[in-house]
Amino acid sequence: MELLIKNAAVYDPVNGIKGDRTDVSIKDGKIVDKVSSGCTGIDAGGRLVMAGGVDAHSHIAGSKVNVGRLMRPEDSRAGIKPRTKTTRPCTGYTVPNVYAMGYRYANMGYTTVFEAAQAIMKARHTHEELEEIPIIDKGALTLFGSNWPTMDFVRENDMDKLAAYVSWGLLASRGFGIKVVNPGGGEMWGFGKNVTGLDDVVPEFEVTPSQIITSLMKVNEMLGLPHSVHLHCNNLGKPGNYTTTLESMKLAKQVKAGKDRQVMHVTHLTFNAWGGTNWGDFESRADEIAKYLNNNDNVTTDMGQLIFGNATTMTADGPVQYANAKLLHAKWGNGDVELEDSSGVVPITYVKQISIHAIMWAIGLELALLTDDPYKVLLTTDHPNGGPFVNYPEVIALLMSNRKRQEEIATLHKAVHSQTKIPGIDRELDFNDIAIMTRAGTSKVLGLLEHGKGHLGIGADADISIYDIKPDEIDPSAEHSKIKSAFSSAAYTIKGGEIVARDGEITATPAGRTFWVDAKVPQSHTDEMMKDIRAKFKNYYSINLANYMVQDAYVTHQNVIKAGVGTAASEVD
Amino acid sequence: MTVITDALCPFCGCLCDDISVVVEDNKIVDVKNACKIGASKIRGHHRIKSPMIRDDKNSDFKEVSYDEAIDKAAQILAGSKRALLYGWASALCEAHKKGILLAEELGAVIDNTATVCHAPSALAIHEKGVPTATLGQIKNRADVVIFWGCNPVHSHPRHMGRYSVFPRGFFSGKGRRGRKIIVVDVRKTNTAGIADEYVEIQQGSDYLIISALRAILSGHEDVVPESVGGVARKDLLRIAAILKEAKFGTLFFGMGLTQSKSRYKNIDNAISLVTELNSFNKFIMMPMRGHYNVTGFGQVCTWETGFATAVDFSSGAPYYNPGETAANDLLYRKEVDAAMIIAGDAGAHFPANSVRELAKIPVVQVDPYWNPTTEVANVVIPSAISGVELEGTAYRMDGVSLRMRKMIEPEHLADEEILDRLIARVREIRGE
Repeated sequence: MELLIKNAAVYDPVNGIKGDRTDVSIKDGKIVDKVSSGCTGIDAGGRLVMAGGVDAHSHIAGSKVNVGRLMRPEDSRAGIKPRTKTTRPCTGYTVPNVYAMGYRYANMGYTTVFEAAQAIMKARHTHEELEEIPIIDKGALTLFGSNWPTMDFVRENDMDKLAAYVSWGLLASRGFGIKVVNPGGGEMWGFGKNVTGLDDVVPEFEVTPSQIITSLMKVNEMLGLPHSVHLHCNNLGKPGNYTTTLESMKLAKQVKAGKDRQVMHVTHLTFNAWGGTNWGDFESRADEIAKYLNNNDNVTTDMGQLIFGNATTMTADGPVQYANAKLLHAKWGNGDVELEDSSGVVPITYVKQISIHAIMWAIGLELALLTDDPYKVLLTTDHPNGGPFVNYPEVIALLMSNRKRQEEIATLHKAVHSQTKIPGIDRELDFNDIAIMTRAGTSKVLGLLEHGKGHLGIGADADISIYDIKPDEIDPSAEHSKIKSAFSSAAYTIKGGEIVARDGEITATPAGRTFWVDAKVPQSHTDEMMKDIRAKFKNYYSINLANYMVQDAYVTHQNVIKAGVGTAASEVD
Repeated sequence: MTVITDALCPFCGCLCDDISVVVEDNKIVDVKNACKIGASKIRGHHRIKSPMIRDDKNSDFKEVSYDEAIDKAAQILAGSKRALLYGWASALCEAHKKGILLAEELGAVIDNTATVCHAPSALAIHEKGVPTATLGQIKNRADVVIFWGCNPVHSHPRHMGRYSVFPRGFFSGKGRRGRKIIVVDVRKTNTAGIADEYVEIQQGSDYLIISALRAILSGHEDVVPESVGGVARKDLLRIAAILKEAKFGTLFFGMGLTQSKSRYKNIDNAISLVTELNSFNKFIMMPMRGHYNVTGFGQVCTWETGFATAVDFSSGAPYYNPGETAANDLLYRKEVDAAMIIAGDAGAHFPANSVRELAKIPVVQVDPYWNPTTEVANVVIPSAISGVELEGTAYRMDGVSLRMRKMIEPEHLADEEILDRLIARVREIRGE
């Protein structure tokens, strides 16, 4: 099948295209050089065209998302939409049902989304939901930071076994990369305790968070995984935690990247660029983080932007969630997974006149605006922790318009003036910057540029969004509401060459693919490692090893990326 | 002869995954590791042999082909204005997905067996959240375990051996000797017989007891009277001290808590108790789910519709309001004009008035077994046994998803296929 998009104002940072008027040719789901003259065409009429959006960190599927839905029928009752001839019914705002996840991303022009955390033991559940999310391509990062085998192999300093475990864990969970959440703390939360810094020793396992992070970065590079270690720092949610965040970032210096990307991605900085010593002197230190990013090239981040209104916090950071529930007198969901990690779910409402929330709102924006290179700060809301992903257009408008920011600041608690730098920042991002933060950069950070995501070069996936904006006619600073509304419902979203959404309506619901990484290690390393794993199942797990690994039945449209010790990454379908 | 190892048991919410079965000539001749009930379920018995229909419920069934039975069932459902699709606890998640699609197509109400079991727990979770963990956390860590209003010796025979009382784990090397077992019930059950502390309470006083424990733990023991719900103050003080001193405590609760006086409020209060105990130590809780995949229906329904059960699709969008949209609410109000009972037995477990109502309306039954629901059915469609004759997904009581194995070839259609054919036929009849 062929399709031609004519008169497109293309922003494609990877290929250096900044608004040039050009045509985009599509054939059999890929971008091609040219198509036959009689093929179907869309006249973009000078409107903004980008590659389909890529989200590197969003909680869209799995056990804790479903716990969020179960805990929050009041949320499911928001956003209800009956079924149509094309679509299944939609529910939810912060925790949408599986159908709404796919339709709403597609309506915004997003075509690839990564679930940010799955425990191996619960990965089957994650994939059951991913399978039912329509349209978008997806994948899931696998938790390794508090797993008993990880901590054993780190303590023994046996990187071969650790690499073999990561390789096997990715296969077992059909996972895409290494997620590390509050390393060591997930284990300690098993007894209601936590680590307080990078050098605390995890009892019984005798390792520190710092050792866990460093070792996982090393094996990530040994295995040549497409993505880097994806870190949720220790001490998240505590005033003054920006120092822990900076110390964690410095650990990246110990490891050399095996590919053209960072060696550490530090996620949702809105929650861990916090200064002060308590809630009274709480302040933003996003400036310190941005300064570090401006002087170092091996770490990337994402915003985790706060959105005022309803959110549902959900994370493998169990202890922070218990603290949140206590602080907010809110419902508390806790879901620890044996030998692997903890987790928690707590609803929250972010309020403009609460000083902490106003300051947190500023942190994400400061980080993005004070960091010179947009490839280092991806656009996320850590959905649904900072707020639901449907608010990305609001974030885009805020980043592109100082006027909008000032209008917003005028409605916020006065602490935003004394405790943050946002009122004085006048930088306004352009369409190229936005294309980086939502496409080129997210794809590069995930290691997916070479797998056809995040750009419009020949051979790339024909995932394309057309927005009802003429870049050469609009003044985003003044016309920020137009920017927001255009990014909210793409004029066209094209996924794999097929038009899936038009002006806010879903037109087709193809099944998306699931990306996971098959990383090879020498068989002898796996054999050695499996001796330890078998002992873990014999003695400690509550299920049998034979029933642990996710079967093929749960990844029916898979896209397996090959990696491994001493192999060049290559893709097979 | 074939031996299948690491098979899963399709009986209770323990979903034991260490079963071995020996198969000869497509018959299961031996079952190892399962409890007696599980082994009996796996071996099977007295199946419905053929699809059957009858117009008059006082007459005998006539054996028919699958096509004829499915056509008849589709005519009943497609002709209904307010159909109820109920059951699902003994079906696989793959069937649940088809069931929800059928409910959407029909504009029907879908509800599952939790409605007479742990649905009140869901209501409490809506109010307070759910502090829980996987069963292996309990095996490896728990030093205090409470069974409240449940009797696993009979209902979940291997629970105590595999997960909660006897096993040795990483931090629990002493096994049973390292654990304090507390049973709270209205009568001395067999589970109470193995407990270190048995707290016998007056029927219906669970809420009071939980409140008294919360008062003591929050430093207000002075407000607790000499006796609460039949339990002496000094005993409550002793129990509270045990809970407070635990390193890792667990509260397992059953229908003694969810279906007795105060219903969901009992669970609501228990969630508060468990949450507050986390100021002292680690404490979690877990419902003792009955059927092996009742948890799975709740999971699938939640991710597909946003709601765990009792979902009404009459407006085209999911609407959830237990008290209004649960199976017995509808039957009590005589709203239902056709019902499909699948992989659950409303005839045996619903209140008499609900069953009387089912006797008056057209009923389609999909089940491997003849049971009291069959007596009120017009169409009976025999199905293969999930987890024995079919592979697919089930969720253990702690929310761990596992893939059930196929042990023998089915002679009957799978639930999933029956539902697929029903959906297709309903669409034809409705001209879509």
